[in-house]
Amino acid sequence: MHVVVCIKQVPDTADVKINPETNTLMRDGVKSIINPFDMYAIEEGIRIKEAYGGKVTVITMGPPQAEEALKEAVSMGVDDAILISDRAFAGSDTYATSYALSAAIEKIGDYDLILCGKQASDGDTAQVGPGIATHLDLPQATYVKKIVSLDEEKAVVERMTEEGYDVVELQMPCLFTVVKEINEPRVPSLRGKMKAKSFKVNVWTAKDLEADPEKIGLKGSPTQVVKIFTPQRSVETETITGESASEIAEQLAQKVESVLKG
Amino acid sequence: MLIIDRGKCIGCRACVQVCPFGALHIDDEKKAVVDPAICTLCGACVEVCPVDAMEIQREKADLSKFSDYKGVWVFAEQKAGTLSSVVYELLYKARQLADKLDTEVSAVLLGDKVENLCKELIARGADKVYLIEDSSLKHFVDEEYAAVLVRLARKYKPEIILSGATSIGRALVSRVAVQLHAGLTADCTGLDIDPENRNLLQTRPAFGGNIMATIIAPNHRPQMATVRHKVFPEAKTDSKRKGQIIKEALIDEDLDVRTKVIDVVKEISDTVNITEADVIVSGGRGLRGPENFKMLEELAKVLGGAVGASRAAVDAGWIPYSHQVGQTGKTVCPKVYFAIGISGQIQHLVGMQSSGCIVAINSDENAPIFDVAHYKIVGDLFEIVPELTKAFQKLRK
Amino acid sequence: MDYLLTEEQKMIRDLAYEIARDKIMPVAIELDEKNEFPTEIMKTLAQADFFRLFVPEQYGGMISNGKGMLELCLVTEQLARACGGVAVTYAATALGIFPVILYGNEEQKKKYLPRIADGTLAAFAVTEPAAGSDISVIQTTAKKEGDYYVLNGTKHFITNGGEADIYVVIAMTNKEKGARGASAFIIEKGTPGFEFGKKEDKMGIRASATRELIFTDCKVPKENLLGKEGMGFIITLKTFDMSRPGVAAQALGIAQGAFDYAMGYVREREQFGRPISSFQGIQWMLADMATKIEAARALIYATAKMADAGNNNIAKESAMAKMYASDVAMEVTTDVVQLLGGYGYMKEYPAEKYMRDAKITQIYEGTNQIQRNVIAQHLIKEAIK
Repeated sequence: MHVVVCIKQVPDTADVKINPETNTLMRDGVKSIINPFDMYAIEEGIRIKEAYGGKVTVITMGPPQAEEALKEAVSMGVDDAILISDRAFAGSDTYATSYALSAAIEKIGDYDLILCGKQASDGDTAQVGPGIATHLDLPQATYVKKIVSLDEEKAVVERMTEEGYDVVELQMPCLFTVVKEINEPRVPSLRGKMKAKSFKVNVWTAKDLEADPEKIGLKGSPTQVVKIFTPQRSVETETITGESASEIAEQLAQKVESVLKG
Repeated sequence: MLIIDRGKCIGCRACVQVCPFGALHIDDEKKAVVDPAICTLCGACVEVCPVDAMEIQREKADLSKFSDYKGVWVFAEQKAGTLSSVVYELLYKARQLADKLDTEVSAVLLGDKVENLCKELIARGADKVYLIEDSSLKHFVDEEYAAVLVRLARKYKPEIILSGATSIGRALVSRVAVQLHAGLTADCTGLDIDPENRNLLQTRPAFGGNIMATIIAPNHRPQMATVRHKVFPEAKTDSKRKGQIIKEALIDEDLDVRTKVIDVVKEISDTVNITEADVIVSGGRGLRGPENFKMLEELAKVLGGAVGASRAAVDAGWIPYSHQVGQTGKTVCPKVYFAIGISGQIQHLVGMQSSGCIVAINSDENAPIFDVAHYKIVGDLFEIVPELTKAFQKLRK
Repeated sequence: MDYLLTEEQKMIRDLAYEIARDKIMPVAIELDEKNEFPTEIMKTLAQADFFRLFVPEQYGGMISNGKGMLELCLVTEQLARACGGVAVTYAATALGIFPVILYGNEEQKKKYLPRIADGTLAAFAVTEPAAGSDISVIQTTAKKEGDYYVLNGTKHFITNGGEADIYVVIAMTNKEKGARGASAFIIEKGTPGFEFGKKEDKMGIRASATRELIFTDCKVPKENLLGKEGMGFIITLKTFDMSRPGVAAQALGIAQGAFDYAMGYVREREQFGRPISSFQGIQWMLADMATKIEAARALIYATAKMADAGNNNIAKESAMAKMYASDVAMEVTTDVVQLLGGYGYMKEYPAEKYMRDAKITQIYEGTNQIQRNVIAQHLIKEAIK
């Protein structure tokens, strides 16, 4: 079984801070990591290979430094890694991103299953996975928390809903986006890290993908950002004090009750 | 494109610092230079330049090519014959948008034997309801729902399609947007119309909520957006309202799908679903251990609310992930949110800062949670929380 | 201090630290409270290939040159920064298998080393209720009967007892021969006649399992004899020479972990209107602690590098490293509790655990008094030459 895992390198938002004086993002020295949800997709891909045989390929669209993210996936046990990188991809929204990734997957060709993390921690849209499935005309299941069974013809999965989960059967090939409940990602192994160090990542440009220039990058993005501003957070904070815990509690309870009633 | 007037530019670097994408730099002549391959025309630099040296020239969208697109649609999500409450919130907003556009609000309802829901949709503001019923639509199947919605959108050409940012909504509209080559913006916290060009102005948080972005899709129709629960208020019911029900039938291609739902399993939890709760009592690392969540459960019970948790508590294994509030957990917007023993990292704030009233209890007076709290209590939560439960019990007796 | 580690060694150290920080630190206090064995963490270490670091390449390991001693120390130190109990569970497996690596024949190595490389735990058993520092009075006997040796007796205070699958046990084959009367045997868990006593309730390293081993007419195939009959004590001594740097590394990690915690605390804790790190008395304590830690580290790494370069006569150096590092660990952790004041005494905070964990490093794998004997004997021997 050939599993293709789509990942994204994102800034570690734990480190992204706003400069309080200028209200601008301080992006210096912010570490880049694999999008946390994608770690679960990578782990699931590797588990499928361990259970059914085959191989796992990881792909990402990004600047040259995104290679680090691919190598991290290799150190976990992924077999092959492809970076699609081109200035022409810059400024892509989810439509253009899913188009470019689907073009790369088509070039890979012989895939059985595509896995994505539920959403990326910087954009948070959860649109790229289903977008890829649609460009490739594949069935999809989102928020997959368990793969019940898998063979060349069909897959049965549990997809999470707000009330519990649905059991869904899909024809292969297909695409899943996965959630944290599905597994516990492994730590890389030492042999994996050594393999990753000398691993040669394939880099594909827009030309390699024969991508339609109208569908990539800023030009290929239906959505545009027209304004960026810092949210007005004007909260008036009232400090509640008292001689004892019960005094504080009583004051607070009164105020909260009036909020709930009003 | 971004035009920089080198005559005006004084090389002050304000634009370089504010650009979230790193597209600007200062050249050897101390003038700002933009990399057009990276620039997204977001306009942050225009706002901040002290000498007005920056200008964004946009192609004027040809409005005439969209003159036959009319109407604001709301995807009327239903499960097991019940409409999701976010649909009422969308209808509220759709009405505002439609009034500004001088057009109609329509709801799109897919399901099996759900005609009875049309009345409610109309009462809440829908002028039309497109109704598609079939046993194959009983459960959400991504491909089939998408095929139907795409077909209807191509036939009736709405300008705007709104959906709840639910697990169904997000999976559905992501497919539909690609098939319609439409712009789709997720998790909007603000929607408005630009009167000059009828563009839908879609505002949403980015970079973990540190920044808000306004997004448009000027050259594509329909314009699509998803909205989370409790961002907008519900449309009020007016049972006297009249509206039209338009029944559409499935065609063979709609049924040509490769997915089927085999089972629907409800996982019964005896606590209220946190995304729908009016009161949430949330605990963090300050709770010190799983057994101390009982204290929060008692408080939540008295208030008829749900228990939430920060990522630290979930990662420590003290409480299941379904209770996690924050960037990688759930976004909530209750009337009252108690943040107990939670320091207030940005990833947590992103999930709850739009709550109506935020009460923070922490022993560290400098905890960042207090920046967003309406009520600040610096003290020992182990003493205060039980007293709080008692106080509420007394008031409610 | 820069020890000029290779890229690979840095990578090994960094991955060990990541695992310590992300997987061990969050549960260290809980494991200690519950006296709970870190089964899942051991599985993670195995999956990350850490058990391959002290097994030669041809048996599934990753040692291609040297003995992997420095790598073993680097890993043990990082794990101990998070929890001394987890660190010793790992290091004791190395201790348990060194006899096979040093004295095993080809069949024995082929049979057991790959399993260790995959993460099977091992243990070394010589100590008995009446035989601690004086191993010559061990009572466990191994009587040759046909194709088997039959073992009878009790070992106690065995690290990894009950959790390990592979044990190297020292037993008397010929009491009359005194120091040349003991032999070493490889025994697997599950062998009939081999049972475990209760798990000890210890002052520290509580995540580590310490049990009695009870042999009652336990038949061990003669193929499991390591080396020749009579080599038992020499195998023991040479094994301890090799394992001492690992114990030293465990002590070093405990000291470092405690020190790091204290550094964070003293900068935040304010008394008399200023952070206590601004007081000279505190600064002098920090300076002394850091210097001792670095000196211990230098001793350990130098000894490990000697061993990896092929030098087998490291008895004196490894004794110095173990003795010094464990004494430093006890001093530093005691000082850390003092720096934290009242908070240092409370189980809610990690400081007191470091101090409880440190104590054993002065006692096991040769008490520091025995270490001094070893050092002095070598000093005198060298002076005579």
